[in-house]
Amino acid sequence: MAVTAIWLVKLRNLFAVVMLSGIYSLFAAASYVVMDAVDVAFTEAAVGAGISTVLMLGTLSLTTDEEKVHKKPPLTALVLVLLTGGLLVYGTLDMPRYGDPNAPIHQHVANRFIEKSGDEVGPPNIVTSVLASYRGYDTLGETAVVFTAAVGVLVIIGRSKGRWMPKSKTARRRRDDEDEAVTSEAKKQEDTPS
Amino acid sequence: MMIEKVLLRVVAKLLIPAILLFGLYVQFHGDFGPGGGFQAGVIFAVAFILYALIFGIDMARKVISASFSRALLALGVLVYGGTGVATMMLGGEYLSYNVLAGTVHGAQHIGIFVVELGVGMTVAGAMITIFFTFSGHARDALPFRRGKGKRIEAPAPPLKVEEDT
Repeated sequence: MAVTAIWLVKLRNLFAVVMLSGIYSLFAAASYVVMDAVDVAFTEAAVGAGISTVLMLGTLSLTTDEEKVHKKPPLTALVLVLLTGGLLVYGTLDMPRYGDPNAPIHQHVANRFIEKSGDEVGPPNIVTSVLASYRGYDTLGETAVVFTAAVGVLVIIGRSKGRWMPKSKTARRRRDDEDEAVTSEAKKQEDTPS
Repeated sequence: MMIEKVLLRVVAKLLIPAILLFGLYVQFHGDFGPGGGFQAGVIFAVAFILYALIFGIDMARKVISASFSRALLALGVLVYGGTGVATMMLGGEYLSYNVLAGTVHGAQHIGIFVVELGVGMTVAGAMITIFFTFSGHARDALPFRRGKGKRIEAPAPPLKVEEDT
């Protein structure tokens, strides 16, 4: 994962960057499987490695696939990144060891979910019980977020000259006529012997 | 737009039903194994995106229209929110499924099932909408060449054939 990340920073070709970030996500998914978080790994593999790669490629085809070269290294950004990274690493020093049964996260509500969700909710997959039943409000919020994201994309680029928007019939017909004219003209040009 | 690779098209045709079936499995088996509405929605959308990548947006739009994917997007949130309203109508709190059926397990099962269905619909609708909007936009913005960000000059007019030579 670290190698992929460093490689990502080095590369200038954005197409390769997108591919590598997909690979990075796949590695992340594998590490979640190692930590027994199969549901999270599933989501990471599907969204991080799959969908977001495709969407990034779509964005690349809209913009450009070569990164701009900066003349001088952005020092402020480097300092900020190092500082934030250092603080985060410092924060992990206080965290309990991985898999420690006495860690606060295992003492809070997790035990209750594990013991009672079978009686209170039913499904053997506790993750589903927590997501859809105990934390139903949060999942509703997440669904609304996904909905809002799609609506945002539609508002920003969906309306412009969108060819695939449900438009009035006359507009569509006019557009088709134009296409027809263009293709027939192209055909005519092809037909003329050279 | 359509890719002329026979191999890709045949493999895609073989894969798409399997992907759709796996999406349904993840959707409805989420209570027992890993998975749920979110993952299922993504997998379901991937099938259509793969189709669009191989066969072109035109063909894909014939399979799943713009208004349909938008309706799916909105309907999912409605189904989720509607479940909450339904539980309120039946005398419970918002999204407390226990009033949906006689037994606790049965009621919770119905509630989770419907809610996950809502999540799956919204996620699938969102992914399909976003992808098709992007690629439809890319098509319309074709004068911008990839890699340069500059407008391509108008194509050179076809050479006039000299009649006499």
